[in-house]
Amino acid sequence: MRHTISVLVQNHPGVLSRVTNLFSARGYNIDSLVVGTTENEKFSRMTIVVDGDDRIIDQVEKQLKKLIEVKTVVDLSKEDFISRDLALIKIKAEKSNRNEVMDIIQAFNAKIVDVGLKSFVIEVTGKESKINAMIELLKSFGILELVRTGEVAIARGKRFYENVAPTKIKVQLASEDQINL
Amino acid sequence: MPAKNILKSGADIVVDILLEEGVTIAWGITGGAILPVYDALYKKRDKIRLIDTKHEQGAIHMAEGFAKSTGQVGVCIVTSGPGATNIVTGLADAYMDSVPIVAITGQVATSLIGTDAFQEADVVGITRSCTKHNFLIHNLAELPQIMRDAFFIARTGRPGPVLIDLPKDIAVSSADLSIPKKPSIELSRFVPEIDSNKIKVVADLIQKSKKPVIYAGGGIIHANAASELKEFVKKTNIPITLTLMGLGSFPGSDKQFIDMLGMHGSYRANMAVMECDLLIAIGSRFDDRVTGKLSEFSPQSKKVHIDVDPTSIGKNVPVDVSILGNLKTILKRLTQLSHYQEYKEWYQQLNEWNAKHPFGFDQKPNQKILPQFAISEIFRITKGQAFITTEVGQHQMWAAQFYKFDYPRHWITSGGLGTMGFGFPAAVGVQFAHPHANVIDIAGDGSFQMTLQELAVVREYKLPVKIVILNNRFMGMVKQWQDLHFEKRYASTSIPAQPDFVKLAEAYGIQGYRASTPSEATRILEKTLNRSEACLIDIIVDENEHVYPMVPAGKSVRDIVLSKQENISSTHGVYKRRKK
Ligand SMILES: Cc1ncc(C[n+]2csc(CCOP(=O)(O)OP(=O)(O)O)c2C)c(N)n1
Repeated sequence: MRHTISVLVQNHPGVLSRVTNLFSARGYNIDSLVVGTTENEKFSRMTIVVDGDDRIIDQVEKQLKKLIEVKTVVDLSKEDFISRDLALIKIKAEKSNRNEVMDIIQAFNAKIVDVGLKSFVIEVTGKESKINAMIELLKSFGILELVRTGEVAIARGKRFYENVAPTKIKVQLASEDQINL
Repeated sequence: MPAKNILKSGADIVVDILLEEGVTIAWGITGGAILPVYDALYKKRDKIRLIDTKHEQGAIHMAEGFAKSTGQVGVCIVTSGPGATNIVTGLADAYMDSVPIVAITGQVATSLIGTDAFQEADVVGITRSCTKHNFLIHNLAELPQIMRDAFFIARTGRPGPVLIDLPKDIAVSSADLSIPKKPSIELSRFVPEIDSNKIKVVADLIQKSKKPVIYAGGGIIHANAASELKEFVKKTNIPITLTLMGLGSFPGSDKQFIDMLGMHGSYRANMAVMECDLLIAIGSRFDDRVTGKLSEFSPQSKKVHIDVDPTSIGKNVPVDVSILGNLKTILKRLTQLSHYQEYKEWYQQLNEWNAKHPFGFDQKPNQKILPQFAISEIFRITKGQAFITTEVGQHQMWAAQFYKFDYPRHWITSGGLGTMGFGFPAAVGVQFAHPHANVIDIAGDGSFQMTLQELAVVREYKLPVKIVILNNRFMGMVKQWQDLHFEKRYASTSIPAQPDFVKLAEAYGIQGYRASTPSEATRILEKTLNRSEACLIDIIVDENEHVYPMVPAGKSVRDIVLSKQENISSTHGVYKRRKK
């Protein structure tokens, strides 16, 4: 079964590779992984979609919690949560079929963000299933290029971390000579 | 805390915190990027001994030997690039066997990172999956807290190696920094809260069981919970088997001990796990060398798993009840709730299994030395009091079978990673920690050649380390697999061009001896093992011996192989020794 796991991590260099490393080293499959800043600059949030049986998901959660830079791990699939995916889809749009394409765009609440001579770029957001459905419909017109963000997700009404104040100190830097010694 | 307005360099701060963390000894090899730290250490050489090894792998295995035999954090300090990559094997070894290590590696200056500078390596990247945690220091301000955290992470909960990569410019920059007294990480991260209800549930399961077995592992030793384990085992009268890593956590000479389990464990222990109705795993992790074929592992039992690491629970084998937390505390509370039972029939059965197939060998006086005999002699002569380290191979398994450990932290072996070349430097590390103890590396001739250059350290510090090579002129363990599964095609397992180990020892100024007959072995071991100076003993053993019993990899206990002839009808030899 697919699980959507939300991971709050310290915003350190290398933390992304620490997480992806864990998945590759232990042979877990990532369907998608999205990482971005949060309202607190000290933390980033990752939304990871993993496919696996209960034993694997249990291990994924526990192993993630073991990483020092991981603050919280929440399996959103066990909670009430909202998830969104975003896709940019470039499709062939000849005069003859533009209207038909426009209808689909409307039906999916998507928009056109770029118009070329023979193509559109469409932006669509929503649940993964909705985007899949739209892509299915657009296929017959000829999809030229497609890019998706992967799922981002958030639980309803939860908050995970405490604030940490930054420390400031004066440092006397080493001279070139000292370093090159 | 340093006095106000005193600038301290990064290197001095490193040394200050090492001292505060109680470090008195460290191992490594110097180099450009770590030179400032070595300089700072030199200034404090009356407080911290820095041991120059001959290879960085030697340094980290010495730190491991120190850590495993004391429970304290072992420290290893090496330079950037090749210095750092040379400790990767040791880090992986320490990670697998949960050994508390802090490794400090020099790094090129921050301005040069990523430019393929001289002796630059992405050490944090390389070691990410073989450390409990690692840090690249980005600025001097974060150094003190990270040093503190590194020691805390290394020793807390399930221990493990932590690496700090320190760029040279930060080591030589200075600042007036206050040194934090506490780690920035909460204890609960590593030691989960104990669920009391589950302790009651387990006590009930024990009460109802007719055929229980305890299967304890290295976790007991890491948690310093050997005496709590003993009380629990004594109060309940439950038979106990130990994993390779757990040996010594319960007295090997006690009658409730049914020997090691697993691939080369005793018939009795493996049968007990197969037939028991309650399996109580404590500080062990259901490793594949223990379980064999998972679907046939201990099929009739309820399973209880007690551990400090949540990821160990249910990783390989689903369990009925798990208790997380500090093993000492859990065992104390479980002991309070448990009662004595006789388990008369169960013990009868266990004794029958043991009588049928005990660990044994048949040494004839005029034939080649059997490695099992040599180990039994070491056990006899040292009265079971020595620290034993091993390399990896047949000799390691025989040492586990024939040396009975009564105390924790006396059996120092590379279990998880199975690192050939571990045992000798580890013995050196143990000897530094216990200068007057009897420390013996039981070695294979293949493994010893991987790290033997550390003989120079033995010589330099006049350490009384003993090296006993069970010399079969083969990569014996692999040869055994070839004998059993590859129709004796000895691809790459014979060692035709061996050095003369006796002369080799002498080249380093260490006494060397050779034994080719059983009586010679006895005489030399008796003469040398209790002396307080180093020596190497090259024992020429029978190259055709196999380690038995053997549960072939991926098979179940039903497929256990008991001897070359499949039946153990050996004739009576003069030295025939039966256990208990
Ligand atoms: C570093 C390393 N390389 C390879 C192996 C694979 N291996 C396991 S046992 C063994 C043979 C060990 O031979 P020896 O040290 O002579 O011990 P013996 O089995 O003969 O007692 C080998 C090559 C290993 N465990 N470690």
